[in-house]
Amino acid sequence: MEKMPAWADVVLIPLISLILAAAISALVILFIGESPAEALNLMVTGALGSTYGWGYTLYYATNFIFTGLAVTVAFHARLFNIGGEGQAMIGGLGVAVACLYVPWPHWSLALVAACISGAVFGAAWAAIPAWLQAKRGSHIVITTIMFNFIAAAVLNYLLVNVMRPTGSMDPATERFAETIHLPTLHELLAPFSIAFSKAPPANVSFLVAILACVAVWALIWRTRLGYEIRAFGHTETGAVYAGISPVKIIVVTMLISGGLAGLMGINNVMGEAERLVLNATEGAGFIGIAVALMGRGHPAGVFLSAILFGFLYQGGAELALWTSIPRELIVVIQALVILFTGALDNMVRMPLQQVFAALRRKEST
Amino acid sequence: MQDRNGPESATRPGDSPAPAVQPPKAAERGMSSAQPAIELKGISKAFGPVQANKDISISVAPGTIHGIIGENGAGKSTLMSILYGFYRADRGEIFINGQKADITDSQAAIAAGIGMVFQHFKLVENFTVLENVILGAEDGRLLRPSLAKARRELKALASEYGLDVDPDAVIHDIGVGFQQRVEILKALYRQADILILDEPTGVLTPAEADQLFRILHRLKDEGKTIILITHKLREIMEATDTVSVMRRGEMVATRKTSDTGPEELAELMVGRKVLLRVDKTPAKPGADVLQIEDLKVTDESGVLRLKGIDLTLKAGEILGLAGVAGNGQSELLEVLGGMLPAVGTVTGRVRMKGEVLPLSGAAGDGKARRAAHIGHVPEDRQRAGLVMDFFAWENIAFGYHADAGYQRSGLFMDNQGLRREAADKMDRYDVRPPDPWLKAKSFSGGNQQKIVLAREIERKPSLLLVGQPTRGVDIGAIEFIHREIVALRDAGAAILLVSVELDEILSLSDRIAVMFDGKIMGERLPGETDEKELGLLMAGMNNAASGEAA
Repeated sequence: MEKMPAWADVVLIPLISLILAAAISALVILFIGESPAEALNLMVTGALGSTYGWGYTLYYATNFIFTGLAVTVAFHARLFNIGGEGQAMIGGLGVAVACLYVPWPHWSLALVAACISGAVFGAAWAAIPAWLQAKRGSHIVITTIMFNFIAAAVLNYLLVNVMRPTGSMDPATERFAETIHLPTLHELLAPFSIAFSKAPPANVSFLVAILACVAVWALIWRTRLGYEIRAFGHTETGAVYAGISPVKIIVVTMLISGGLAGLMGINNVMGEAERLVLNATEGAGFIGIAVALMGRGHPAGVFLSAILFGFLYQGGAELALWTSIPRELIVVIQALVILFTGALDNMVRMPLQQVFAALRRKEST
Repeated sequence: MQDRNGPESATRPGDSPAPAVQPPKAAERGMSSAQPAIELKGISKAFGPVQANKDISISVAPGTIHGIIGENGAGKSTLMSILYGFYRADRGEIFINGQKADITDSQAAIAAGIGMVFQHFKLVENFTVLENVILGAEDGRLLRPSLAKARRELKALASEYGLDVDPDAVIHDIGVGFQQRVEILKALYRQADILILDEPTGVLTPAEADQLFRILHRLKDEGKTIILITHKLREIMEATDTVSVMRRGEMVATRKTSDTGPEELAELMVGRKVLLRVDKTPAKPGADVLQIEDLKVTDESGVLRLKGIDLTLKAGEILGLAGVAGNGQSELLEVLGGMLPAVGTVTGRVRMKGEVLPLSGAAGDGKARRAAHIGHVPEDRQRAGLVMDFFAWENIAFGYHADAGYQRSGLFMDNQGLRREAADKMDRYDVRPPDPWLKAKSFSGGNQQKIVLAREIERKPSLLLVGQPTRGVDIGAIEFIHREIVALRDAGAAILLVSVELDEILSLSDRIAVMFDGKIMGERLPGETDEKELGLLMAGMNNAASGEAA
């Protein structure tokens, strides 16, 4: 196959895909009688035009970084973990357990405990599909998606029957203690006399997410485990040749993947709601798949595409607020972005490759 | 092609793209019998900075067998892909029977009367011969008329060219030799006058290869033009009328086969004098290194793949395992190398210098085998020996990556050290280009193999398992690889060589064992046997005096 320069692969293709998605979205908006220019303006100012908007964008992005990294790690072992949603739900449960039942003297200790607990819960939720895949050959796509439903049911049961404070009508746990309130970006930036809006829920978890990006990068490209994961992902026969146990790699990779998804709980459960509510993940586990696809297996790409999807989420909410564009259309726009950047990748890639081949031919003559 | 044909025929079964008879062509043929069947003029094709074909011109006379020989990466496949419409040439023209042809895709190639038999067959395994023949060439929405027509034509073709195949046999029930005939029949059914065969003997026994060449001669006698792409000098000498040699994208020479010889062709291919024979001293076998007793392997579907193997291998000798691919050699190498079947059972007794080698569990995996000083150059270097998407420096430790020397601290690997080591080994093993930052897939087959050999041989193993060391490797590199293997033997290692190339087995081995159907058919000494005897053993005939293989 004729090769393109690396920058075209990494920058140009996602960019063109995005523009295509935006163009079709614009047509749809035009079709329902709104102005696409106005809509774009609203989305950009709403999501990026103020620290208020940025606060929400980064909050959503934090969720997507965790779930996107989860999918990315599994991708490197050629495992398609689409159970990020369930793993994040159960991870949130782990976070809630750590926050509710231990009287932490300071938020930082609570955060460390919540990270561990969330990751362990998320990993445990991924462990069963992983074991089934490794030992019984049950396809991980099927099992992880089924486990999403089971997770939702488990959470439903626990919140309604076990964790709901007596007397409350709301299927949610009680509020976490005030002492373990995670500092928001407003509070974090105040000492540096940087004004940041008070309202949005973006919090210190964003920094944890960045750390997680660095950690995943180091894991994949610097450690022996990462080496083995990538080798297994590229060729299972090769892994067996090299004495790498497929069972071990599948299980360990899925544990890491589930753990990363579970970590999301520190942002949405501990950082935002400060209690565990039903459906706290709001589909972030699925968005993580799109984020990972767009991120092209690299944590830096995951970071950028998570910010993009954060922007779409927040900008979309603004659209729904200020125009007659229905909320559902926002989902359509997001779906188009996913469709073009993920599923229809080759639609852009092939013609672009031909363009580059033609350019090169011209140069050589 | 299989993928291409499938959906196409499924989506538009109505139009019959290729095989419709083209009256003008027949007329042309009549008028231009003196014209070359194929003429390429100034074909150039570049892939990025790589000039795969440089200003290539050849002319193939009708009714001849024309060989194209060259090292891997010389541009043979690219040239044929251009002729068959897979690639478009950057420059140059193609003339078929004197008419300028614009071959935009394989359908156009078929319409121009070109048929191609690929190295890896494009057959649907669970279809019958007849169904495969009409696949992509159906005459309408209903299959019955097409099948009936194909049955008639197949009968005619069979009697005309001696291409007997049972039209109702299912592909996976028939041998590779027959599968290849089906490929040829497919091309003929599509009215091909020009047949391109890409490395056709790679999967055949010597007897099957002889039969193939008989068929090709018959086709030639009936007026077909045949282009034979191969890297085997012997086949060129045996089967062709003219031969063109390619080197680094250029056509360096065209000769009448009767006017040239293997030495000259090899020199033209490589660009320097090549030693075709392996230069080695007699082996000095030492103590037993490997003892295999009654080794049996059952695969995941319960089929017995190895039916009780007994072999002994001594230090300082090369034991060659001859056999047609798929007769258990792969399984034997894999079990010895620690690639145990995930499902299935392995029984028997294998001892390495007296120590029993475990045949199951983690104690029998690749890491454990390496710890027991067994090196393994696997048969399939693209799927097993190398991770094609890894850089060369990542591959230089593949399998040994858990060694303490490759770890920096705790979890992290010593990537800098790996890169240094890779640069050093690539230099010493003459890997070209010697750039550790290239991915394995960017190297030619020979250079990939050198990376694997550098990794395995530099470990000074007591036993080296070598599978198909020169498959897809160019002549220049073959010489190098054979020398390294012999050098390791001379240093006292035991070497188990598996190869489907009889030439290689005969010239490299100190002792030869022939495998057939999961058993050792017999052992021979290379000086006391020949291809014919080995070929019979490979076909499962123990009694070497029983005449022609059929």
